[in-house]
Amino acid sequence: MTRLQRSILFAGSLLLAMSVRAQGDALRGATLVQQGDGNGGAACLSCHGSDGAGNDSLMAPRLAGLDATYLRSQLLAYQQGRRQGALMLPNVQKLTPQQIADVAAYYAGQHARAAKAPAATREQLTLGERLATRGDRERYIVACSTCHGPGNRGVGSDFPALAGQHAAYLQQQIHEWQNGNRHNDPDQLMLAIAGRLNEAEIQAVALYLAGLPPKE
Amino acid sequence: MRASRLLVLMLLSACWPALAQQGVPVKLPPYEPGQYVHVAPELDALMSDASINAELKKVILRGRDIFMNTQQFRGKYVFNGMDCKSCHLGEGALNWGGPVWPAVTTLPDFRGKNQHVNSLEERIAGCFAFSMNGKPPEYGSDDMLALVAYHQWLATGAKVYERNIGGRGFSSLGSKMPEGTSYQRGEQTFREHCALCHGVDGAGRQQDGKIIFPALWGDDSFNWGAGLARVETAAAFIHDNMPLGKPGSLTVQQAWDLALFVNSHERPQDPRYTGDAKATRKLYQNFHNGTLYGTEVNGHVLGQHDNTGSKPFLKPDVLRDRSFE
Repeated sequence: MTRLQRSILFAGSLLLAMSVRAQGDALRGATLVQQGDGNGGAACLSCHGSDGAGNDSLMAPRLAGLDATYLRSQLLAYQQGRRQGALMLPNVQKLTPQQIADVAAYYAGQHARAAKAPAATREQLTLGERLATRGDRERYIVACSTCHGPGNRGVGSDFPALAGQHAAYLQQQIHEWQNGNRHNDPDQLMLAIAGRLNEAEIQAVALYLAGLPPKE
Repeated sequence: MRASRLLVLMLLSACWPALAQQGVPVKLPPYEPGQYVHVAPELDALMSDASINAELKKVILRGRDIFMNTQQFRGKYVFNGMDCKSCHLGEGALNWGGPVWPAVTTLPDFRGKNQHVNSLEERIAGCFAFSMNGKPPEYGSDDMLALVAYHQWLATGAKVYERNIGGRGFSSLGSKMPEGTSYQRGEQTFREHCALCHGVDGAGRQQDGKIIFPALWGDDSFNWGAGLARVETAAAFIHDNMPLGKPGSLTVQQAWDLALFVNSHERPQDPRYTGDAKATRKLYQNFHNGTLYGTEVNGHVLGQHDNTGSKPFLKPDVLRDRSFE
């Protein structure tokens, strides 16, 4: 896809997002989460849980407590091919903008609990903490917390919470940026960082972030 | 045979995007031949260096803490939304990102900005008075000593009085704004590449009451006497550092356009204000020749106001002339 095509798609998605004037309805969202959209989309809870806790072994991220606008823009990104997922696409491709807003409102309102972080070595946690809170100056790896905020608990609708997110999912997503499957970050800000991380660092930072408390 | 070839081809093409790793290049100006380059030490080195006295370590870490979280002194030393690290990237140690260690190895020296010989403490005080729109910690105070200790530790091993330093300050684009630099284009580029973090209104971004991205103009930003109010300084800073993680991704002209746009907005008064912005501009011409202060922009003389932001005074006492006569 050319840059222009991407820009047009992006502009289109912005317009689409803005056209959903009504706030998402968490109650209607709950029905979708439990029953699917009746249009081929499976119930979200089968992977993400009705409480939005997600499932590390399925690489299904925790959605509970994430920013509603962020969740909404991610679902749109799947529909538009700016995020890819063989599992996600068939389940979201027929959701209407209103249904997307409803599901997002539901999961955003769920209580965020810490993910069960897989075992990590002390070296991994030290390296992970270093990358997450200080970065790597000489390699131009900006610390996660610079944009994702204090404690990596997220900033607004553009910089999602990473604290307490499943490690396998975090790793997978950094790889998705590296291999070009995910390109819905504003101004390639995340691609810039993801492209500079090596495997050991990706693993370490994911393990460290997964172990952080999602709330202060 | 044909079908299997086709299959291989299809598989290859399916794998192709996954094989090509994506990324964003880091484009920094090259060091010039003969330039001195210092790589400041990392925090890990401080922690593991048994030769550094434990009490000194504590003081250096205290200085680092003030540097990274200057907002803890909001209303005391700082009256805007800036931390030292807002302008001095990479914990004050990043070349091209305003590394602070050269202040240690080049001062005391004569400084054009205030026309006298400055100490390191006085240089740091300048940052507080202008960039933080504040009141510097007292000379010789614990907080000032801690800041000096952090600066000096960053200069560990660096050559004293070496002046030809690679990656120093923000001056890689020279001082001549290209003709045709455009406010309108700057505004457009700002919306595309800057507003996400700094806000369409330039007011920066906060989360849970904490500053995440600093304000670029307005009451929460640096005042008219700060180095970054100079268009040339801001242009170089932007080009070599912004958007964060993508140095050199904007064109030189985009950086100039952005610097002109950002610095065409109002900000807290220059502490050296005489009551007349045009006169103040003239009085400090060697500094303000780089700013738009005291000039008319969009039908308004920039800096002709009594607004000192949230700072309840104009000039901190510490700003004074010095003479050895």
